Amino acid sequence: MAHHIGFDIAHLLAGSMLVLSFVLLYQDRITAVLNVFALQAVMLSLSVAWQAVIQDAPHLLITAAIALAVKAIVIPLALHRIVRRLGIQREIEEVIGAGPTMLTGLGLVALSMLLVMPVGRNVSVLVREDLAFALAVILIGLLIMITRRNAVTQIVGFMSLENGLVLAASGAKGMPLVVEFSVAFSILIAFIVFGVFVFRIRERFDTVDVSGMDRFRGEQGEHG
Amino acid sequence: MALMLDLLAQAAQMFLVLIVAPLVIGITRKVKARLLRRVGPPVWQFYIDLWKLVHKEAVLAMDASWLYRVAPYLVFATTWVAAALIPTYATDLMFSWSADLIAIVALLATGRFALALAGMDAGARFGGIGASREMMIASLAEPAMLLVVFTMALIAGTTQLSAVAVTFADTGVGLRVSLGLAMVAFVLVALAENGRIPIDNPATHLELTMIHEAMVLEYSGRHLSMIEAAAALKLVLYFSLFSCLFLPFGMATTDKSADAMMLGFGSYLAKLIVLSILLPVGELAVAKMRVFRVPVFLGGAFAAASLAVFLLFVSRSF
Repeated sequence: MAHHIGFDIAHLLAGSMLVLSFVLLYQDRITAVLNVFALQAVMLSLSVAWQAVIQDAPHLLITAAIALAVKAIVIPLALHRIVRRLGIQREIEEVIGAGPTMLTGLGLVALSMLLVMPVGRNVSVLVREDLAFALAVILIGLLIMITRRNAVTQIVGFMSLENGLVLAASGAKGMPLVVEFSVAFSILIAFIVFGVFVFRIRERFDTVDVSGMDRFRGEQGEHG
Repeated sequence: MALMLDLLAQAAQMFLVLIVAPLVIGITRKVKARLLRRVGPPVWQFYIDLWKLVHKEAVLAMDASWLYRVAPYLVFATTWVAAALIPTYATDLMFSWSADLIAIVALLATGRFALALAGMDAGARFGGIGASREMMIASLAEPAMLLVVFTMALIAGTTQLSAVAVTFADTGVGLRVSLGLAMVAFVLVALAENGRIPIDNPATHLELTMIHEAMVLEYSGRHLSMIEAAAALKLVLYFSLFSCLFLPFGMATTDKSADAMMLGFGSYLAKLIVLSILLPVGELAVAKMRVFRVPVFLGGAFAAASLAVFLLFVSRSF
């Protein structure tokens, strides 16, 4: 196996993003979830910046800067503020079955690797690996959105999914900058919508636990 | 003559782990006591304790069978063999060919099996509770440990410890997320296997929480000394395994001169001391878990280790 330092660092950064996804999946304290999410965004921007260096593509540095500013600083701070205003910063969320969730996450990682291996057979190891990691981060982001019951951590799941998208895009050569701008912009819009939505849920149901909404959907079953 | 020297080097390793084991326990206890602002016993206290236990009368339960008397020696023997096989100060010793990671896991499992049987043999209730808890932990820790072994095997191409250590020490393997994950998993497994704090507290005799102590509650005298010595050896074994796999610096690998041996010897002792200071510091930073949280803890180890294996597969060149 011929490894050089460029590959090693890219591997390290992308791999730690995946590990942080697992930490998000496992962690049940809301403030800790937000901090881990910010850390993942920092890793993402470092990873993208490193891609800019080894691909010799300076416009990726702008992508890294956007990721750092928006996802590592603005959104986590805003989420912290929302959590404080809702008064749930010390709340421990009940994660649905930590064990099965972790196993499902592992299965998703294996699945994304199996998917990427045949597709990326004739590209470099680096690109294939980035794609596999990115797909795994995306799938785990979806899993977080499914297993969480708190609206705030569901938002974190969505944002983490988007981290995976950017990672995939930075690995593939030649993503135009305008795409990156529009994605970052739409994330901010989505975030504002989510923010308003969380407060509406709170006003209407006195909780941000989305299982509280089941009663109002006409599913009379378990809640009577 | 060369054969004699080889034998001598191997014997030195065997007795080194045996002699250093009580000292390691002594250091961890002393550091823990100092961190709690107690004076604590001197670091050689454990040698004195063992000496005292050997000379005390051994009391047997009335309906204990031969198994109860044999088990302590079996536990001690398997643990000692496993600890003596791990390369500590030099690789490629005389019996290094048999120091396979899977063999070492199996040796430890044999010892644990004997101890669990003995715990149930006396017919006391605590022994049974301890044995069943110990087996639960073992059944969760071993899959994680085997995945760590697979990670090593995929990187180094062998499960033989000596060759793994040479691969890591002499040829740079680069920055690997897999190795970091394997290290995390290994530390979690080692904490569980040695009954250290998030899982079990080695210093407690509180009925509801004890695991290892519950199994050996009935033992006394020379039997207890064997079990205590085996527990100390097991800690040294995990420390040596950690330094052999993740910190293989300073070991005498290809150069087998006296200087290189001395360097390996010194660095091994230094690694042991550093690890036995880090262990109590880490222990004081966390709280003990409920028994029912243990599967989640070891599930984390399993997840980390399997991620390590997956990452190796994806970065493999075709």
